[in-house]
Order: sequence, then structure tokens, then C-alpha cells
Amino acid sequence: MPELTLIEAVNKALAFALAADDNVVILGEDVGVNGGVFRATVGLQERFGAERVLDTPLAETLIAGVAVGMASQGLRPVAEIQFMGFIYSAVDQILNHASRLRNRTRGRLSCPMVLRAPYGGGIHAPEHHSESYEAMFAHIPGLRVVIPSSPAQAYGLLLASINDPDPVVFLEPKRIYRLVKQEVGDNGDTLPLDTCYTLREGSDVTLVSWGAMLHETQQAAEQVANDGISAEVIDVATLKPLDMHTILDSVSKTGRCVIVHEAARTAGFGAEIAAQLSEHGLLSLLAPVKRVAGYDTVMPLYRLEEYYMPGVDQITAAVREVLEFG
Amino acid sequence: MPAPKRNKEDKRKTVASFDIRYTRYIDKDGQVVGVLPDVAKDPDALISLYRAMVLNRVFDQKAIALQRTGNLGTYASSLGQEAVFVAVGAVMKQQDVLVPYYREYGAQLLRGVTMTELLLYWGGDERGMDYAGPREDLPICVPIASQIPQAAGVALAMKYRREPRVAVTMFGDGATSKGDFYESANAAGAWNLPLVFVVNNNQWAISVSVAEQTHCKTLAQKAIAAGFPGEQVDGNDIIAVFDRFSAAMEKARNGGGPTLIEAITYRLSDHTTADDASRYRGDEDLSANWENEPLKRLRQYLIGMECWDQRREEQLRKSCELEVEQAIHAYLDTPPAAPESMFEYLYANLPAALTSQREDLSRRLKDRCQS
Repeated sequence: MPELTLIEAVNKALAFALAADDNVVILGEDVGVNGGVFRATVGLQERFGAERVLDTPLAETLIAGVAVGMASQGLRPVAEIQFMGFIYSAVDQILNHASRLRNRTRGRLSCPMVLRAPYGGGIHAPEHHSESYEAMFAHIPGLRVVIPSSPAQAYGLLLASINDPDPVVFLEPKRIYRLVKQEVGDNGDTLPLDTCYTLREGSDVTLVSWGAMLHETQQAAEQVANDGISAEVIDVATLKPLDMHTILDSVSKTGRCVIVHEAARTAGFGAEIAAQLSEHGLLSLLAPVKRVAGYDTVMPLYRLEEYYMPGVDQITAAVREVLEFG
Repeated sequence: MPAPKRNKEDKRKTVASFDIRYTRYIDKDGQVVGVLPDVAKDPDALISLYRAMVLNRVFDQKAIALQRTGNLGTYASSLGQEAVFVAVGAVMKQQDVLVPYYREYGAQLLRGVTMTELLLYWGGDERGMDYAGPREDLPICVPIASQIPQAAGVALAMKYRREPRVAVTMFGDGATSKGDFYESANAAGAWNLPLVFVVNNNQWAISVSVAEQTHCKTLAQKAIAAGFPGEQVDGNDIIAVFDRFSAAMEKARNGGGPTLIEAITYRLSDHTTADDASRYRGDEDLSANWENEPLKRLRQYLIGMECWDQRREEQLRKSCELEVEQAIHAYLDTPPAAPESMFEYLYANLPAALTSQREDLSRRLKDRCQS
């Protein structure tokens, strides 16, 4: 099996989908000859032609709206927004149309589209290139929000998203695009979208995270293991719809939970998980649920970026705090 | 100090220029003012267009009456713009796709959307967007101009599949101020899409007049900036709309790319039943524009052709009223959808995360029945 980076796995999944189904069309800014600014679509226009891997004018509302229109007619567009910072003018199409089309028409029309966007900080990018607004999309009924955390997951979850009959916002943690390589079988196998993934089993504390921050979370789990603390690590992977069962089952075993995300703390997606833990898992909890998150500040430009991003030390400190409680 | 030498050769030259065509065949008194196209010589075709316009107007009047008596929610009227809507619906082929905004019932009815469906929509029922007729048409779109990029996507899908089909999107004058419109027009030009843009320039975006909306002399010229033709028609002259829209459709169907048709009309009604236009426009303006209204114009032309009279007019009104009354009965007799249906169409399959919320609703319904 070949070893792939996350971005290469995205590319392989897109190529597989294009080869498997003529209804799949890729569109976005610079996705064609240039192969995408991160090279997610490299070689695809050459292989599948300019009609199937389509460079669009520089207009994000258009990209999302065109994808909605194509999907309404039975195509399976996979649209790329170059960076999450430019996705906001596409939100009207996602919120008012993509996520509602099936419901509005009582199933007459549907919207099987994927909107891909790199997101998150940590690569010393310019202004507007580092934010994490996944919670905003997770608030929208009728949508799926998927975030892979590894090459194998990126491959299987992206293919599942393309095959899914409903609209998916697929956010790619660009900080780990090339961080690790992993064996990925390019055989079209998908991964389920409605489930969290347990990356590490443990009995003392449940660590919940998604995307790039799972790397720090897993490092923290390693570190505390040296002190005899057994941490379970859960990758949420699909923020919407959320598989709360896996998280509740884990917390019923450990009694303690730390949620880790890069996005700003207030009304971040960790708040939803914490709320559901208190609604459905209060009696399992031996300590308050703790969040390790970005500050409620504007994401600083990159000289100060490292002070904003949660690190391994903050996660281990939070783990010790919930273990020492009571 | 010597004066700087003047360059005698003028380096400036015009590198692009444009003009905007305006078409009218029948004036407000029903008199012919140009060389008529074939459709104007076909009484049967004209009478069926006239019937569709009258049906649109009768539907409109009765829908407003329903709203005023508490039997319909907020409703957006077609009044005065029927010629544009009916011409579009009459020219489009069944396999084409309409991407509408929210007041062009004349077009939707001719495409097979039923009056009952339209009433259900404005009566607060999603089933009113499950059109039994044109299955691939987009539903009514309320957020202004947001349907236009979707129309570009529909047209791109047709082009991708090499189908001889055309997407048609309609919108008002206000929509041409939005980025959605400009982005879509630009893409339609760049991609040579089989897409026809129809601007219903009814002079008002709620309370903002066209003069306040833009400094452009025409809205049609916005197509020129996107690299394809735009033209104006007298939107109260159905023969002009029919003729120019037909030409645009044929061109698009044959791979000739997009066209923008700006139909000059006047919104004789309030913006919606929730609006009071007397707050921002005078009676004089309104009564002057009643002189131009499209039904009277075609009727007078038909009378001039000696193929219309008072008796036929009365018969037509009666038959339209009967048809609308039947649709109203069907609407009023339609029980509300099951409350659980709000979960049924959210996703293809309801995710497990939502089952407890659906069960909560079912439990509330059960409790209500028991109490």
C-alpha cells in the first residue's frame, strides 16, 4: 500500500470519484492547470479534462451557487473554496439553499454537493487564512460537517462525502496536509460519516478533538501515559450529525472529559459536546468537563500564532486538573 | 522655457462601445408600432397568451383576497407584470428549467406548477414546492438574487451533459445590484452558458426606485459588462417579450450563449401584502402606469384583429375564476402536513443524532391528543 500525506489522500479520493462516476465534477479557483494552491487537485484536469475539473471565475458565492444548481440537477459537484477565510460569501448558498433544498421541495430536489476548504492555523499564513469556524456550519440543519484528521480518514471520509446524497462541508486541517504519511489503500473504500472514531483506548480520561488538534491531543495522551494516566482519544470526525453515543460511552467508562479545539472557546463546537455531556452523562461525570480551546480573540497574525493555538502542555495540564478534581 | 511639444496624433481611441436595443410592437392603445413578428399574426396563439395573462391576474386577485381574509400568509403579487411571466412560460420548452424568484406565477403555471401548489407555498406549506409538473424547476426563491448562481449551475449541468436545454432565471431590478447577479452574469459569459436572464424591471425594489438603485441608464447594459448581449423590451407588450425572449432561447439552445432581457414593467401592486406602497409612491405615478398595463393592451390589439369581443371576455373571466376557485378549494381542503414531516426531508436518511428530537415531537403530539 502506498504511503500518502493527507493532501495526497484528498487527491487520490478525488481521482477515484472522478473515475468512478461521470456525475462528479470538480470546480473552484485554480483547481485546474495549477492543481489547487495546496495541490489537492494536481494532475486531475490533465487526466479528466477541463469540463470535469473546472477553473471558475474568482467568485465564491458563484462557486457555491453553481454547485447547488448542478447538484439540483443530479450532478455531484465537489467545489473547493481556496481557504476557509473566503467561504463566508458562500454561506448564503449553503445555509439558505444547499442545506434546505431537499426539505423545501419535499425530496423532489436534493443537493449532493461537497464544499471543500482548508482551514485552521499554524502554517504562518497571511491574514484571514488561519481561522476555524467549523461551529458556524455545525449550527446549520440539513448539512453535514466533516473534518478528517489523518490521510486514511481524509480518503475514506471524502469519498463518503462525495457519495452522500446530502450537502457536506468538508474542512481540511491544512496544518497537517503534509505532516505525516500513512498507508492508504486507493480502492474506493469509504468510512462512515455518522460516527466518531476512537483513536486510542483508555480508562482514566476521555480526550475529544478533531482535525489537526488531534496531533497535540494524541501527544498529550502519550505524555500522561508516562505518569500512568490512561487517556482515551476520540476523533469526532463528523461534527454534524454528531455521534454523541461514542463520547457518552467513553465518558461513562472514564468519568472525565477534556475537549480540545483550535477554534475560539465561546460557542465553539466543544460547548455543544459539553452541553450534551451534562444533559445525558451527568451521573457518569467525576469532574467538570474541561475545554482547551483558542482564546476568544481575533486570530493573531502569525508572529503571535503560537500563543493562540492550544498546545500539548495545556492539554496535559487540563488532564491533570480533571483527574485531581474532587 | 519652451512649451512642451504637443503630440499632434491623438493616441486615444475607442476600444469598445455598445448600444442597447429596445423592442416594442404594440403601444399602450393596442396600435401596431413596428413590423410585427409571426406570433402577432396568429390569433390562436395570442388568445392562449391572453388567457394565461387573465388567469394569472385572477389568481393574483383571489390570492390577495385570501390573504386579506386570513386564509393565506404574506403574498407577492404579479399585478402589471403578467406579460413578462406568461411570455417566458409560453416560450420555454418542458425540458428547460426555470429558476424563478417569487412573483412570476404566469410562467410557473404554464410550466405545470399548479395554483394549489402556489397557494400551499404562500399558505405556509412546503408541499407547495414539490411541483408535480416541472420536476426539475427550482422552487420559489426569496433571498434576492441568490437563485441566479444556481441558474448558472443548472445551465452548466446542461452544457456538461450536452443537452439541448436552456436554463431561465428571472429576477427584479433590485437583484441586479447584488454580487450574485454580477458573479453569475460574468460566469455565464465566460462559460458561454445556455442561460437566459430575464430582468423584470418593475421600477421598484420595495420602496427603492430604479433611479436610486443604480446610475446605469439601462439594466440590460450590465450584460455587456459580462460579455454577452443585453436588450430591453416593453414588458407590457407581450408580443415584444415573446419575440425577443424566443430569439434569446433559440440562440442559447443552439450554443450561442447567454442573453439578458430587461423587460420594462411597472409593479402596480404593493411589494407584497405586507407592504403599503402609498408610503413611498404617489397615486399619479400609479394611475399613469395603469394606462400601460399589459392585459388591456393585448385585448385592444385582439379587438383590432376582430378576434375578441365582450362576450368572449366575459366567458374567459368566468372560466378563469372557476379554475382559480377550484384551486382555492383544493388548497383550503388540504390538511396540514404531519408535524413529523419537518424531520422527514431534512436528510435522505434521518441521522441517529436527530431521532430523539423527532421522538420528542411525536411525544408532544401524543400528549396534546390526550389532553
